[in-house]
Amino acid sequence: MSRVTEFLQHFVNGLSVGTIYALIALGYTMVYGVLKLINFAHGDVYMVGAFSGYYLGIVGGGGEPSFFRAAYVTLGAMIACALLGFVIERFAYRPLRHRARLTALITAIGVSFLLEYGFQLSPWIRTPVQFPPGPSPRFFPPLIDFGGERSIEILGATMPKIDLLGLGVALGLMLVLQFIVYRTRFGTAMRAVSFDPQVAGLMGIPVNRIISWTFMLGSALAAAAGIINASSRPKIEPLFGLISGLKAFVAAVLGGIGSVPGAMAGGLLLGLTEEYVAGYTDSSYRDAIAFTVLILVLLVRPAGLFGRVTVEKV
Amino acid sequence: MARAQAVFRSVLPFLLGLPILFAIQGITPPDYALILVSVGVNVVLAVSLNVVNGFTGQFSLGHAGFMAVGAYTAAKITTGLVGVDLPFVPQSFSDQAIFALALTAGMGTAAIAGFLVGMPSLRLRGDYLAIVTLGFGEIIRSIIENMKTLGQATGLSGLPPRTNLVWVGVSAIATVVMARRLAVSTQGRALFAIREDEVAAEAMGVDTTGYKVRAFVISAAYAGLAGALISHAILLATPRMFTFVRSIEVVVMVVLGGLGSITGSIVAACTLTIALELLREFQAYRMVVYAILLIALMLLRPQGIFGTREIWDLAIVRRLFRTRQLAATGPAGASPTEVRDDSTKGVV
Repeated sequence: MSRVTEFLQHFVNGLSVGTIYALIALGYTMVYGVLKLINFAHGDVYMVGAFSGYYLGIVGGGGEPSFFRAAYVTLGAMIACALLGFVIERFAYRPLRHRARLTALITAIGVSFLLEYGFQLSPWIRTPVQFPPGPSPRFFPPLIDFGGERSIEILGATMPKIDLLGLGVALGLMLVLQFIVYRTRFGTAMRAVSFDPQVAGLMGIPVNRIISWTFMLGSALAAAAGIINASSRPKIEPLFGLISGLKAFVAAVLGGIGSVPGAMAGGLLLGLTEEYVAGYTDSSYRDAIAFTVLILVLLVRPAGLFGRVTVEKV
Repeated sequence: MARAQAVFRSVLPFLLGLPILFAIQGITPPDYALILVSVGVNVVLAVSLNVVNGFTGQFSLGHAGFMAVGAYTAAKITTGLVGVDLPFVPQSFSDQAIFALALTAGMGTAAIAGFLVGMPSLRLRGDYLAIVTLGFGEIIRSIIENMKTLGQATGLSGLPPRTNLVWVGVSAIATVVMARRLAVSTQGRALFAIREDEVAAEAMGVDTTGYKVRAFVISAAYAGLAGALISHAILLATPRMFTFVRSIEVVVMVVLGGLGSITGSIVAACTLTIALELLREFQAYRMVVYAILLIALMLLRPQGIFGTREIWDLAIVRRLFRTRQLAATGPAGASPTEVRDDSTKGVV
């Protein structure tokens, strides 16, 4: 493999991981934008997304992989996770909104552990699906059949078609989100709540409903990320959301937490950084790279790439 | 006079505790010794984490990383000096002396790690600090997993069995005395001031970053001590023992007992450790129980069992021990999870 090809291959791989980070980071950034809360459980919602896709694939869409089936599984998982996000916000975070910030953070850690370890329990329900799935990894069913060739070649670098499709879907979802946030009444209300919730409430914006919808939107994006990731790397287990979630948080901070384009850029940038650093040096430090990036960003430019520098008022 | 009294108050718990510890060590059957060791180690961990999370109001999620530093340092020393005897003293005394050296070294390296981590990260606040300390904990583990001399992912095994109940008990007493003496000192006042309102504390001339780093270093040193003790009890030091989940376990103990209450941390550490030991058949449910406990606690009683109160602040205990002078200056105020003025900032 020539040097150019190697470089390109890393680029392709980094892009594929980066889109996943970006999709998860969008949920973090929106929730932080409106609530100033790090939703620690967001990475686990992403995990639940992959598992709901897995279950939906077994139950309803059995049979041949097709475009219809992929759409059904993806949308189903997004709806399931949106509901999960709603429930988490309603019952775990909303009662604590007027309490000290630390309270909500501790609760978020609790919710995250509940999902992770709850999913690792041995199954209670056995038919039609085994739930909870238990600690051993499961394999995500293929959703789309690409015929003969599974991957395409660009200048010598191979890119699986499923990754290409995932990239396309992710970019599409980001455009939709960008439209929602900046071009609709809901998006305007969301930005108003983010700017100043009290005043937004006085202006007649239903703050609680906006926050619920924001959670649902973010969770649905995490579910889509879960499906895209699981289609390309089919091994799923209850703990795989933790590290991805933390890295996506790093991506959100890197881009400037609270900023939608920032989360996308941060996610892609983090994916590429990780891939290049791990590819050209020692890959066993892979998980430490993201945290090093986080620490550097917070020290050098805490507001992130796209964030606004704010002055603390007393 | 006051100084002599202070020294007396620091030394007294050891003088009272040592005979009791030797007695416990003598009568405890070996089957139960490990449970008591883990209770003691968890007390050390919870009380030391409380210095950062409770006294100072900063939220650290990296305690397990410092445990790892202490555990590996001590393990390296004891395994390296396994055949070495000090001259002119009996073998057993020599072993204990080397173990004491290893524990001290473990505390020292953990403190250095705490300083290196604390310096950059303690400029941050609240949730950012939590994530950064978590990140540092994982970085420490990642470094250990990549070092050949530390056995990489398999870790170090075949450590000499040096931890006994006397060592654990003395360490627990030392941690509690440290926390108590800290709470009534000038340093402690500064930490409480930072907890109550960081901006106001800074305006009053408190060197906030400096005090936070110092609290962090002290806390890290005791975490290192706990790591060294537990690794010489189970004769093993592996990176898997010091994951982020371990840090969360300690956080649950501190939060359950009440952020800012030493009594609370001790009670919670003892109860949780023993309860989980009794529920061994339900191992799978352990972390689920932790998670539900955390959520329920935050929703129903965010200040934990004790809030910031201490058992020695109770009127009856005060009268019993005539600690009027100290108790009047004991820690008081809102625990970091209770409603305070800053909770309205930026939140709906």
